[in-house]
This record gives sequence, structure tokens and C-alpha cells, in this order.
Amino acid sequence: MQDEPTPIELTKAVADFLRNDITPLISGHQAFKLRVAINILDLVTRQLTREAGSDAKEVERLRALLGVDGSVTELNRVLAGRIAKGEMDLATPGLAEHLWATTMDKLAVDQPNYASYKRELGRGG
Amino acid sequence: MIEAELSRSVQRWCPGATGATSAAKLSGGASQETWRFDISHPDGPIGAILRRSPKGYGAAPTRAAGLAAEAQLMQLAFEAGVPSPRVMHVLTPDDDLGTGFIMQRVEGETIARKILRDDEFAAARPMLARQIGGVLAGLHQLPLDKLPGLRSRSATQEISEFDRDYRSLNWPKPVFELALRWLRDHDPGPSAEVTLVHGDFRNGNLIIGADGVRAVLDWELAHLGDPMEDLGWVCVNSWRFGEIDKPVGGFGSREELFAGYEAAGRKVDAARVRFWEVMGTLRWGIMCGGMMQRFREGPDHSMERAMIGRRASETEIDLLRLLAPRGD
Repeated sequence: MQDEPTPIELTKAVADFLRNDITPLISGHQAFKLRVAINILDLVTRQLTREAGSDAKEVERLRALLGVDGSVTELNRVLAGRIAKGEMDLATPGLAEHLWATTMDKLAVDQPNYASYKRELGRGG
Repeated sequence: MIEAELSRSVQRWCPGATGATSAAKLSGGASQETWRFDISHPDGPIGAILRRSPKGYGAAPTRAAGLAAEAQLMQLAFEAGVPSPRVMHVLTPDDDLGTGFIMQRVEGETIARKILRDDEFAAARPMLARQIGGVLAGLHQLPLDKLPGLRSRSATQEISEFDRDYRSLNWPKPVFELALRWLRDHDPGPSAEVTLVHGDFRNGNLIIGADGVRAVLDWELAHLGDPMEDLGWVCVNSWRFGEIDKPVGGFGSREELFAGYEAAGRKVDAARVRFWEVMGTLRWGIMCGGMMQRFREGPDHSMERAMIGRRASETEIDLLRLLAPRGD
């Protein structure tokens, strides 16, 4: 067990410093790069916050759907392979719901402001 | 330091030019190096743009038409009245600037979000979807016998290429697998008509002024194929920049796009356009994966490239919205 502050708290502290203290000092292309850097740290913070929970749910859904066990990556490989072979498709019970849930969890980390995501969130997640 | 080479170059081919100033690398346009500069001239400065060989390039290099072909296409388009910059000079080894070309600078805006939000473009926006239809019709009517050598791609070949590109990423993505299956099942077969296809015609690659479309840029993915590909690509959700209910670049409806296209004397096949929109959405997703790979493997270890890698998921949600839409 590692000591604290947690990675989430540390990353957030750096992002806040760059956002609040450094942004006003920088202009031009470097300001653009700084915004990208802050966006990366915010993404990392979101992933650290959400990944364990969303991966656990994804694994649970995949095990039910596929009837096999494995890591989240292994199970995704199995699912990808079954869709590629035509063994599973949108007519397979639970597949569309699983893909929607997984994709929504990705967007929550990658781009919570993406318009399609916000629209779909409005449909109840 | 690029100004020294540009100064020597312009004095060789631009009568009366005395040098080059104000060179600045432009941000935006992830796949080619683009510089703006002014040609010093006794009659007043001439605005110019240098396009030269890519460094970190997003699409597979085999897809690119090459800068020489790009220059030739822009010149053809310009002569045919398709909004396009005039090509002033194709670089030679003597220029010591790499490979590429220099073109006249067209004033206006390329940044999609500004075009969609700024007051300056408020009057142009409602006309753009229809206007884009007309521009694409003009582009698809460029005479085939005058075109440079270009790769030719049917939908079937494209699907196989996407499949290979996706598998080379070694990155299991069930939504992409679903899209690949859908594309194979809905492949409309060879197009009855083969035309020039721009290949990257979208909001972000157009110079827009208060009066509408002033120039079509980024011809590097031009090829021969199904003209409906361009109509599908311009509707891909990523190029709506948040205005998701206006499929044509965030400007307007498919109906307006189709009306502009048909008013210029060409036919639309709406089912094929939809097929190419799904195709285009997957294509952008795979390109994002390619960016991730280039970032990881080192040719372009920039933060921007890394973050584009994380945009693959936007194409997954858009593919699901197209292929497995949920009710309201």
C-alpha cells in the first residue's frame, strides 16, 4: 500500500497549478500546447477516478455475455473475435446494451463534453 | 531561418520579388507542414502559403496522392472554377525546401469552431450546406483525362484496407468489429460512375469567408472512386464540431447538401452516402488509432498526437448511434 496523497490528488494539483498560475503567463502556440497538457492531466484524473469501477462492471457484463472468464483485455479480444466471425451480432441479447455501456464509460473519461455523449447521457446514460 | 530559403526561391520564379518575410508555421492540419509567408514585391506584399513534405503523418503513407499531384489537382480545380488557391510554384531541389509547392494565400477562416460560432460567418452559415453540394459537384466533374495518376479504390478494397489497418493496431475494439461486419454486409458494390474523390472534404479543410466557401484545401487523400464518398465524409459527426443535428459540417441538412449537388447537374444516391458516412466514421476511428501508434513508436511524440489517439472512442459512440441507435 502506497502513501498519500493519491495519484488522483497529485495529478489534479499539477493540473490546477498549470491552469491557474501558468496559463495567464503564456501566449501563442505554447498556450495551445499548455491547454493540451492540462486536458491530458484532466483525462488522467478522470481515468484514475473511474477506471477500476467501470472495468469491473465491464468484466462482469463480458463474463455473462461470453460465458468465459479473463482480464478485461482478454475478454475484449474474445468478444472482438466472435463479432468478427459472425458468431455474435446486434441480434445477440445483451450485446448492444453492453457496447453502449462500455462506450459511455470510455467517453466519460476521454471526452465528457463530446456532443453525442451528452445527448446519449440525456437518454439515461 | 526558413525565410532565407524562401527568399532565394521566390526571387527565382516570381518576377520582381525581392524576398520573403513573416514566415510562420501554421497550426492545424495534422498531416502536412504548412507555412504562411509574404513575398516582398515593389507592388506590395503577396500573401503565400508553403506546403511541404510531412513529418508525422496520420494516414498510412500509401494513401497519399503526393504533393506534386496535390498541386496539379488544386490548379485544375482553380481553372475549373472550383474554389481553390492558385498554385504559384512547385518546389524543385534547387529551392532547398524539401518537396511540396507554394500557393497563393486565400484570406478567410479554416478553424471549424470559429466558423460555427463567430458572428462574422453568421450570414454564410445557413448557405454553406447547399454551397458545399455545388462545390462537390464541380469537383466531381473535373475531367478524368486531365487528372494526375491517382490510386483507385472501391468500397470493397477500402473495407479490406480498414480491416488490415485496424488489425495492425492489435487493439481489440468490439464496436469497430461490428462496423466492419456492417460495412461488408452493406457494401453497395462498384460505383456505376468513377470520378475524382477529394478524400478529405470536410469542415476544417475549407477556407470560409463571410461570403461562403473560398477554397478547398488538403487534397492529399484525393483518389478515383465513388463520388458519394465525399458526400458521406462531409457528414461524419466528428466534422460537425458539436452541432450534431446539422450533419453537413455542422452547417445544415443532408437535403440542402443534396439539393446543391443536384442543382449543379449531378445525381445523389442517398443510400450510398449513408454507407460512406459509416465508412468515414470508422475511417476516422482507425486514423485515431494510427495517431496513437505514431505517438508511441516515436515519429511524432507530441501531446497533441497522443490526445488524438484518445479520440477513437468518439467514433465508437457515433458508430453506435448509426448502427444501434437507442430510442428517445
